[in-house]
Amino acid sequence: MNIHEYQAKEIFRQYGVPVPRGGVAFTGPEAREVAEQLGGDLWVVKAQIHAGGRGKAGGVKLARSLDEVERIAEEMIGMTLVTHQTGPEGKKVEKVYIEEGADIQKEYYLGMVLDRSLEMPVMMASTEGGMEIEEVAAKHPEKIIKVAIDPTIGFQGFHGRKLAFGLGLSKEEMRPFIQFAQALYKVYMDKDAEMIEINPLIKTGSGAFLALDAKMGFDDNALFKHPDIMEMRDLSEEDPVELEAKKYGLSYVNLDGDVGCMVNGAGLAMATMDIIKHEGGEPANFLDVGGGANPDTVAKGFELILQDPNVKSIFVNIFGGIVRCDRIANGILQATQQVEVNVPVIVRLDGTNAQEAAEILQKANIKNIIPATDLADGARKAVAAAKGELA
Amino acid sequence: MSILVNKDTKVIVQGFTGKEGTFHSQQCMEYGTQIVGGVTPGKGGQTHLGKPVFNTVKDAVEATGATVSMIFVPPAFTADAVMEAADAGIELAVIITEGAPVQDMMYAKMYATKQGMKTIGPNCPGIITAEECKIGIMPGFIFKRGPVGLISKSGTLTYEASNQVVKEGLGITTAVGIGGDPIIGLSYKQLLPLFEADPETEAIVMIGEIGGTLEIEAAEFIKENISKPVIAFIAGQTAPKGKRMGHAGAIISGSSGTAQEKMEALEAAGVHVVKSPADIGKTVARALGR
Repeated sequence: MNIHEYQAKEIFRQYGVPVPRGGVAFTGPEAREVAEQLGGDLWVVKAQIHAGGRGKAGGVKLARSLDEVERIAEEMIGMTLVTHQTGPEGKKVEKVYIEEGADIQKEYYLGMVLDRSLEMPVMMASTEGGMEIEEVAAKHPEKIIKVAIDPTIGFQGFHGRKLAFGLGLSKEEMRPFIQFAQALYKVYMDKDAEMIEINPLIKTGSGAFLALDAKMGFDDNALFKHPDIMEMRDLSEEDPVELEAKKYGLSYVNLDGDVGCMVNGAGLAMATMDIIKHEGGEPANFLDVGGGANPDTVAKGFELILQDPNVKSIFVNIFGGIVRCDRIANGILQATQQVEVNVPVIVRLDGTNAQEAAEILQKANIKNIIPATDLADGARKAVAAAKGELA
Repeated sequence: MSILVNKDTKVIVQGFTGKEGTFHSQQCMEYGTQIVGGVTPGKGGQTHLGKPVFNTVKDAVEATGATVSMIFVPPAFTADAVMEAADAGIELAVIITEGAPVQDMMYAKMYATKQGMKTIGPNCPGIITAEECKIGIMPGFIFKRGPVGLISKSGTLTYEASNQVVKEGLGITTAVGIGGDPIIGLSYKQLLPLFEADPETEAIVMIGEIGGTLEIEAAEFIKENISKPVIAFIAGQTAPKGKRMGHAGAIISGSSGTAQEKMEALEAAGVHVVKSPADIGKTVARALGR
């Protein structure tokens, strides 16, 4: 789960990670009020969406008067922001964050993530602040300094020194930087974060370090420990169809193709998308009906797939282990009664009770349902059906 | 022969009396697995499925001589259960539970390693030595005995692969579902040498997916250390960047962890890389000259 910049900064404040002063606003007049309270003569108005690249897309703007703050906020709220991380459809801005202008002397990058091979968190720093970090990693990997932190010892001075020396900081700058990094480590561990990214981390004219931006993502499996984080969930940032799927224990991701897929198991679901592509088609979605698939979840699965107007055929690929194929077959029949299935459905059921399942489907004799003998046969038929070439 | 578990392996179940624990323990016993007891704190002294229930793993180990634990406890208590097993001298913990917090598993695995306990999973189907011992939730009947070792991140794809191998007239020695979470126990690199050393295993199937670098590390290892033919499939060749595909680990960020990158590394290591998941069985048969 991801949160907004203003929420991440709220958490940072609780842990003593320095951030500029600021406040969130939902309307132009609210924005003006926040700016007035902050005082000063320079403010930054920042669109709050769960995506990076806001600056380039016009989602971060400077204002030099209260009138300007109000005008910019009004323009931003309600606009759809398209950045390289939102996809072409963009994201609607519903709130803005008003922050005091900062005296930027130098920009850095600081991030934390789990290193899966080392099986411990790593902190990464770079002098190339403000840049796309993926780009820096690709072109100048030597400019990213990494330290792995063994959680049994926690963040020690030497971790901080390694980063600070790597960034070329002076002796005076070292202390505030290490304190910053230490506090950030504590945020990451305490809150079961999956990722923290500060880009840019700035050094001000007075030698202080401030998080000018903040991105945080959390381990979904650990959210039960953090009701405060759960409360920060912004459902408007999530795909409504994916959310609906989750309610039924289904995992759904919408894609661009026209062959709908319903599969049990994430690995097999991905493999099914792969084989559709291999056979010359394009998958319309990823859908894992999970290990506990039953007639209701199958019916729901059809409903989700058919919400996408691009779908021209559906490939049901179930390898029954604990899930019995006869139950899936009954689910398909039930679904065709509940939902109008007006595209060809290619059904491949293998594993536990596959024979019984085949008989159930054959007996029902529904015109849109086409049996497949194996994975390859099913994929071929589904792709042909989507192209209108299935005899 | 086989790897890690066989008909003589004594297994206890943590979370024995719960719904999942009960159902799957029963299935394992029917398959022939020697489940010698279980642990449910507070229910010690009772009998469940005809086997004794203990309050602690230590009690269970002392009374039964079990060396393996199959773990079904809920996600919030999984790390605790794994560490208790490690503390009690269990040699291998098979963690079936899905949804355990990543940080919890990080600590649990560190402690397990320190205690010399191997782990498989979490969020995995378990391990099966065909026709001898099933410790997990996979449908046993798919796994006919034969000369192929199987290592997989995905559950249903393991069944699919085994089924294809069996349809070619071959079969499985041992199949291990290693799970697809960010922190997992035994992985390709630790399992490959076990299969290499197992005289009955003639070929190894490895099924990977997008995300992480385990398959890349495996490729480097295979190049230097594995002489038996390895057949690999990587799921998620068509998965879009930055999207989470069901498994917590199956997420590509930036340019690392893509299927393409993994397939190239494996190919360069002399592995038979299969593009279509329907070709796994055929490719195994060909690699074995059948």
